[in-house]
Amino acid sequence: MSRPFVKKSLAELPPSGIRKFFDLASAMDGVISLGVGEPDFDTPWHIREAGVYSLEKGFTNYTTNCGLEELRREICLYLGQKFGLDYDYSSEILVTVGASEAIDLALRAVLETGEEVIIPEPSFVAYKPCTIMAGGSCRTVPTREEDHFKLSPAALEEAITPRSKVLLLSYPNNPTGAVMTKAELLQLARLVQQHDLLVIADEIYSELTYAEPHVSFAALPGMKERTVLINGFSKAFAMTGWRIGYAAAPAELIAAMTKIHQYTIMCAPIMGQMAAIEALKNGAAQMEMMREQYNGRRSLIVNGLRQIGLPCFEPGGAFYVFPSIKATGLSSQQFCEMLLKEEKVAVVPGDAFGHCGEGHIRCSYASSVEQISTALERMDRFMQRLARRSRKKTATVFKP
Amino acid sequence: MTVEELQIKILKALEQNHRITAKTLATMFGVTEEEILQTISAMEEAKVILGYVTLIDWEKTGHNNHVTAIIDVQVTPQRDVGFDTIAERISRFPEVKGVYLVSGGYDLSITVEGTTLKQVAFFVSEKLATLENVKSTVTHFVLKKYKQDGIIFNDGKKDHRLVVSP
Repeated sequence: MSRPFVKKSLAELPPSGIRKFFDLASAMDGVISLGVGEPDFDTPWHIREAGVYSLEKGFTNYTTNCGLEELRREICLYLGQKFGLDYDYSSEILVTVGASEAIDLALRAVLETGEEVIIPEPSFVAYKPCTIMAGGSCRTVPTREEDHFKLSPAALEEAITPRSKVLLLSYPNNPTGAVMTKAELLQLARLVQQHDLLVIADEIYSELTYAEPHVSFAALPGMKERTVLINGFSKAFAMTGWRIGYAAAPAELIAAMTKIHQYTIMCAPIMGQMAAIEALKNGAAQMEMMREQYNGRRSLIVNGLRQIGLPCFEPGGAFYVFPSIKATGLSSQQFCEMLLKEEKVAVVPGDAFGHCGEGHIRCSYASSVEQISTALERMDRFMQRLARRSRKKTATVFKP
Repeated sequence: MTVEELQIKILKALEQNHRITAKTLATMFGVTEEEILQTISAMEEAKVILGYVTLIDWEKTGHNNHVTAIIDVQVTPQRDVGFDTIAERISRFPEVKGVYLVSGGYDLSITVEGTTLKQVAFFVSEKLATLENVKSTVTHFVLKKYKQDGIIFNDGKKDHRLVVSP
């Protein structure tokens, strides 16, 4: 028997909690999936066309490590117009392979072994593994449904230790759809300042807010110099497969992240970067149309879930709802597996996004109205069956 | 939500798919099914909603006897009524599926449907061209339909996404 080649720390890293469920769901036919974490729209045609045209023109080469100058200029313009941010395209922007790469780079660039990253949960599945792979340690902070899954200043303060270095914020949030207002973020900013923390703000869903426009954490007073702002094109412009994201941060941090990026990735693919330029220049109208569609579906699914007995708070952003299934007495995993097997509806168990997600499921409304309606009908049938079963059980138990 | 806002929301939804149920609309907009039905009836009565049509790819059926022509028509506008009288007159023919007053080199653009080439040609030469005030017609027969009313024929669109993703 040969020695183990995979290093121990990685071998011990648990695989994504979604994986098992993915295998189960993809083996079945006729599944309606509310488990998808990406837009159901194709990339708007004018953006695809720009990508195709760039290939036709022979743009098939490397770009500079930090990305095409025109794209970085457009990103700065966009961040300025949208959030009132002022970044220098030449030293404070790095174009990455999706926002995911930017998260990894930021963590690897700043963490000394054992330094802590504060991660509010439920949250995106990559934060914890990336922290661990970067040598850091995770300090998760559960957020609660009663607080609409916002991070409270009290919870943050309690989580801070002398080893804390980074606060990872992701609002609008995947999987809960939670958003935070400017006033609420300001309270966090005070603590961030006080404890000299760096904030990694994953704002990939910033365009998908339905009540109030998104407030970027970096736009708060004094926060720009201690924030790595991460965003990208996947969700806003339905460009997931193009893998184009970016980080905006003080020059020193961008330089450090660029070092890792240049030795590992070199540069983000050029055709994707060309398409991203088109998205920023001319994509606003289509994006608005998509947001409007999501908004209609959001009401449909929130009201629909409430009607069938799955309470959920109204999400202010992203394209997820995170209803509670506690009343069924099932665990998230049990609920999702039964729902998939009995009614062929795929949703994601909430505990995949952290322990405090237990008792919830994530439903994505990046699906057509017809599909959502059918999924709701099936879930309704499922809930009624559960109720009948539990009534029967109770009846047997209490039989004299 | 005001009545006007609800109306616009309903119209946008129906424009995309008029078979969406009142129940779904009610859930979407947080109102009762009754309110949805009433609002729709009111808009039907006010002729804001003029009708519900189905877009069919007849090529795919055994009954492929549909000929469409787009016809450029030059007319002499009439005093007081301009193009309206003649345009309305042309609209009355059941063969005529669309009539538009347009800018450019001619005045009316009309769409005509028939079962055979001959039938459409006959309609143009006998009925349309002979109308008083019609000065000239140029007929373009449609050879193939690629897209109509925002819908691409033979789109082959599929959902390529993974069933479950983070």
